[in-house]
Amino acid sequence: MRYLPLNSEDRADMLTRVDVKNIDALFADIPEAKRLNHDLDLPHRKTEMDVERLLSGLAAKNVAAGSVPFFVGAGAYKHHVPANVDHLIQRSEFLTSYTPYQPEIAQGTLQTIFEFQTQVAGLTAMDVANASMYDGSTATAEAVAMAQRITKRRKAIVSGGLHPHYTETVRTYAGMAGDDALVLPPDVFATEDLGALVDDETSCVVVQNPDFFGNLRDLSELAAHCKAKGALLVAVFTEAVSLGLVQPPGAMGADIVAGEGQSIGNRLNFGGPYVGLFAAKAKYLRQMPGRLCGETVDALGRRGFVLTLSTREQHIRRDKATSNICTNSGLAALAFSIHLTLLGDAGLRRLARINHANAVDLARRLAAVPGVEVLNKTFFNEFTIKIAGDAAVAVERMATAGVLGGVSVSRLLPDKGLDELLLAASTEVNTEADRAAFVQALQGVLKC
Amino acid sequence: MPTTHYTKSHEYIRVEGETGIIGITDFAQAQLGDVVFVELPPIGKSLSKGAEAATIESVKAAAEVNVPVSGTVVEVNSALAESPGVVNEDPSGKGWFLKIKLSDAAELDGLMDENAYREFLKSVS
Repeated sequence: MRYLPLNSEDRADMLTRVDVKNIDALFADIPEAKRLNHDLDLPHRKTEMDVERLLSGLAAKNVAAGSVPFFVGAGAYKHHVPANVDHLIQRSEFLTSYTPYQPEIAQGTLQTIFEFQTQVAGLTAMDVANASMYDGSTATAEAVAMAQRITKRRKAIVSGGLHPHYTETVRTYAGMAGDDALVLPPDVFATEDLGALVDDETSCVVVQNPDFFGNLRDLSELAAHCKAKGALLVAVFTEAVSLGLVQPPGAMGADIVAGEGQSIGNRLNFGGPYVGLFAAKAKYLRQMPGRLCGETVDALGRRGFVLTLSTREQHIRRDKATSNICTNSGLAALAFSIHLTLLGDAGLRRLARINHANAVDLARRLAAVPGVEVLNKTFFNEFTIKIAGDAAVAVERMATAGVLGGVSVSRLLPDKGLDELLLAASTEVNTEADRAAFVQALQGVLKC
Repeated sequence: MPTTHYTKSHEYIRVEGETGIIGITDFAQAQLGDVVFVELPPIGKSLSKGAEAATIESVKAAAEVNVPVSGTVVEVNSALAESPGVVNEDPSGKGWFLKIKLSDAAELDGLMDENAYREFLKSVS
């Protein structure tokens, strides 16, 4: 098949058919201020060598994650990814394939999806998991939409401990669907009383564990509150490795679980592509978004895999579909599956323990610094500190000193009076020397 | 003596007194293929003519069952939850979907009788 791009005649014809004057009119829904109304400020042409030189120069200005002591988290975590993960996902059968549509084609791809689902369900202690979503934030927004379909109620209560990007995504989806999202103020100390807010109009409560500020939350009581009022508990996580130590959401009574799987098998990737994990109780199976793969037998009784319950999906059910996403983050999900398989149950627990131990060591060191207060009573591998000064400025100065020393809370929650708060994460990649360098850099910043 | 009426979207309603039993026709079940799931409305729900009353999923499609005339749901065929295949086996008998109490029997006049529906099928197939 030849692929020919459109010519101006084709474009004119298409515009006439849909009765639109020009292409710009198709972008009317995008706010004026967000549209590019001029040419990009780029030189007309440069040679390949010139471009390489220019871009390497620009790249050299970055402080790369792998080149310095690194304590940045806030929803994206730098973990070690074994070389064999990348090697295996680069097999062309995996690397270039798109999410399957024909129910039984590409048994290999289907089997990897099935194994992935099994792992996600096991990790979260839920009955069923789908083939993955775009990322943790869109998975969370889909969970809220699913709760609305199940309960036929329109008010979602969103914890002040949910990652701000997730909150924004939930707000955007809910706004478009005509649902209400009651977003609570930032909850630094995990003291909000979500249970008291649940009423007969509430479709779900959305809560993250460990939360954005690093606190661990026992969701069991909240789950009981939700159940008593006929609302659903949507449990969210941004750090999948935490599930190696922390009580899984399913064991605490969550109805729907949405989380980010980047931590396992996937690098930081500048914020994406990531892999959204999505799981639910079996009784809500038909209201789940996304793709589902099931295990079956063929005509000869041999084990096989098949896309199942596709009538929930957009390509069959059109506007009545459970979601307008009918794809999955296939390659990132595969990387997750391979890494988790390599780790195994014991390996994941050990990895989680190392993360926690490193974070405990970091917290201990930081707490000893004059002008630094560790705010968390509990945490996994990330916690919040309060420093005597502006955390955003401190982060910049530490970067100049060659340490990527966490994320200022104000970067994600500006104008909330949280300027002195800094999120610091310590995973298995940090050494003792890294942590000492962080403490030294922060001390240096606080002195000036 | 019950009378059966048909819609162009292949639902039937079998009326006896003030109640009507609603289901899909044999033609409709054949078009859908194996029915794997049926979602039924809550009892007491009032539906106006043409409103969506139930959803059917088959192995290849999802479709809605709309009420041929206005009324209130008085009973649903909960056996379909366990064995949706009955819709294929016996659409006009055990495979019924719901019973409604008619709110305006005059609306039946706008529907087809069995002969008219048979003629209609010839025109669509």
